[in-house]
Amino acid sequence: MADKGQRSPVIEVGDGAAIPRPSDVGLFTAWRVAFFGAIAAVAYLAVTRPDPYFRILTFVPDGILVTFKVTVGAILLALILGLFTGLGRLAKNPVINGVASLYVEVIRGIPLLVQIFYIYYALGRIVHIPDIYSAVIAMAICYGAYMGEIFRAGIQSIPKGQMEAARSLGMTHTQAMSHIIIPQAVKVVLPPIGNEFIALLKDSSLVSILAVSDLLRRGREFASESFTYFETYTVVALIYLVITLFFSKLIGLMEERVGVDKRAS
Amino acid sequence: MSTSVRRKMVEAREISKHFGALKALDRVSFEVYDGEKVVIIGPSGSGKSTLLRSINGLETVDRGRILVDGIDIHDPKTDINKVREEVGMVFQAFNLFPHKTVLENLTLAQVIVRKRSRGEAAERAMGLLHKVGIPEKAQAYPSQLSGGQQQRVAIARSLAMGPKLMLFDEPTSALDPEMIGEVLEVMKALAREGMTMVVVTHEMGFAREVADRVIFMDSGAIVEEGAPAHFFTSPAQERTKLFLSQIL
Repeated sequence: MADKGQRSPVIEVGDGAAIPRPSDVGLFTAWRVAFFGAIAAVAYLAVTRPDPYFRILTFVPDGILVTFKVTVGAILLALILGLFTGLGRLAKNPVINGVASLYVEVIRGIPLLVQIFYIYYALGRIVHIPDIYSAVIAMAICYGAYMGEIFRAGIQSIPKGQMEAARSLGMTHTQAMSHIIIPQAVKVVLPPIGNEFIALLKDSSLVSILAVSDLLRRGREFASESFTYFETYTVVALIYLVITLFFSKLIGLMEERVGVDKRAS
Repeated sequence: MSTSVRRKMVEAREISKHFGALKALDRVSFEVYDGEKVVIIGPSGSGKSTLLRSINGLETVDRGRILVDGIDIHDPKTDINKVREEVGMVFQAFNLFPHKTVLENLTLAQVIVRKRSRGEAAERAMGLLHKVGIPEKAQAYPSQLSGGQQQRVAIARSLAMGPKLMLFDEPTSALDPEMIGEVLEVMKALAREGMTMVVVTHEMGFAREVADRVIFMDSGAIVEEGAPAHFFTSPAQERTKLFLSQIL
C-alpha cells in the first residue's frame, strides 16, 4: 500500500558502449588497454610507415569534425524530441498519447539505415537544405523515439507519492512536473542517455552513404584514390574506437559527479 | 468577533467510490468543524485512506459532493489547486522531495504557489523547523534524516503553506516504534494550537488523548462515531467492539 519512495530506480539499456565504472574492474582494465593501445597503434604506424598512415591521418580530421557535428546536433534534437515523446506517451489525452506511441512504434520497427535513406529523400522533396542537416534530422527522428522511451521510463520510475505530495501543496501538474518529477527523472535517465549518445556516435557513420563527408566517408574517399583500403579502414576503425572510448569515459565521470545519489538511504 | 455557529471545514454528502468491483466508499457522509480533531480508525481496506484522500481531491469520487470550507471540490469551476493550498496533507511514506534540502522542501511551494519572497519563505520555514525540533537539519537532504525526522519535516512542509485544515494519512505507520512518539508529539502540539485535523491512524492512545470525535469505518462505510471517552469504553456496534478487542 505504501510506496516506499526511497529506493533508487535504475534503467539498464545496453545498446551503446560499455561505460566503465571503477567498480567494474575487468572493464576498467579493458578500457585502458583498448584506449591507450589504439592511440599507441596509430602513433606507431604513423611514425614507422608515414606512407600511407601519416597521409591518412592528415586527410581524415575534416571528417571527424563532421562526425561530431552530426552526433551533437542529432543528440540535442533527439533529446528535445524525446522529452516531448516521453511526456506524450504518459499523457492522458488519447490523441497526444496515440501520436507519441505511433511514432515510437513505427520508428523502432524500421532499420536506421532505411530511415536515413527515406527521411533524406522525403525531406529532399519538400525542402532544399544541405545534406548534413538532412542527416542530422534523420538521426534525430530515429533516436528521438528511443529517447522518448527512456524519458517515459525515467518519469515513471519516480514514485507516485512525489506527484501527490507536490499536488497536495497546491502545485499545478506542470509545476509539479518541472520542479519535482523531471529533475529527479533526469538523474535516472542520465546513464541510458549517455549510452544512447555513444550509440548515436557510432551510428553516425551511416550518414556516410548520403553525401555527408564524415569520418567514414573521408576514409573511403582516401582509400578509393590510393587503393589502400586495409590501411585506411584500420585507421578509421581505431579513430572511432578512441573517440568512443574517450566519450564513454567522460560520460562515466559525469555520471559520478552529477548522479551523486541523494535518494539512497 | 466569534460567531456562535461553528463553521464546517469539511462536509461530505453521500460520497461513493468504486475501484473496479470493490466499493471503497459507500454513500459516506460526515463533517468536520473548524478546530475539530477527528480520528478515523478501521481495518485496512475499510476505505479510511480513500475517504481522507478524497477531501483534497487526490481521489475523485463517483458520486456525492465534498465541500471544503464551503467550496465544492468536484465542481469543474473550482480551482482544485486553490483548495489544496488551504489543506495540508501528511503521507505514510513522507514523500519528501529527495533532490531538495529540508529547507527547500519547505520553501518551494511557498515561493511558486503562495508567491512569497524567498526570504520570507525561508524565515517561515526556519520557524517551523524550530517548532518540529530539527532546525539544525535545514541544509540536510531527506535521505540523511531518520524516518521520524522526515515525517516531522513533512508536517512542517505542509504547515508552511498556512493551511486551515491538516489531513494525516497513517503518519506513523511507516516508522520504527521508537520514532512514533516524536511525530505524535508534534501532532499533539498542533492540536493544542487549535488546528483542524483529520487523522487516519492505528494509534489508539493518540485518538483517546487528542480526538474530539472518533470515526470507525468498515467496508467503505462509517459504522460508528462518537467522543473517544464513550467510543472506546462502550461502543454500540458489534463490529466496533470486535475491532477494538483485536487492537487494544
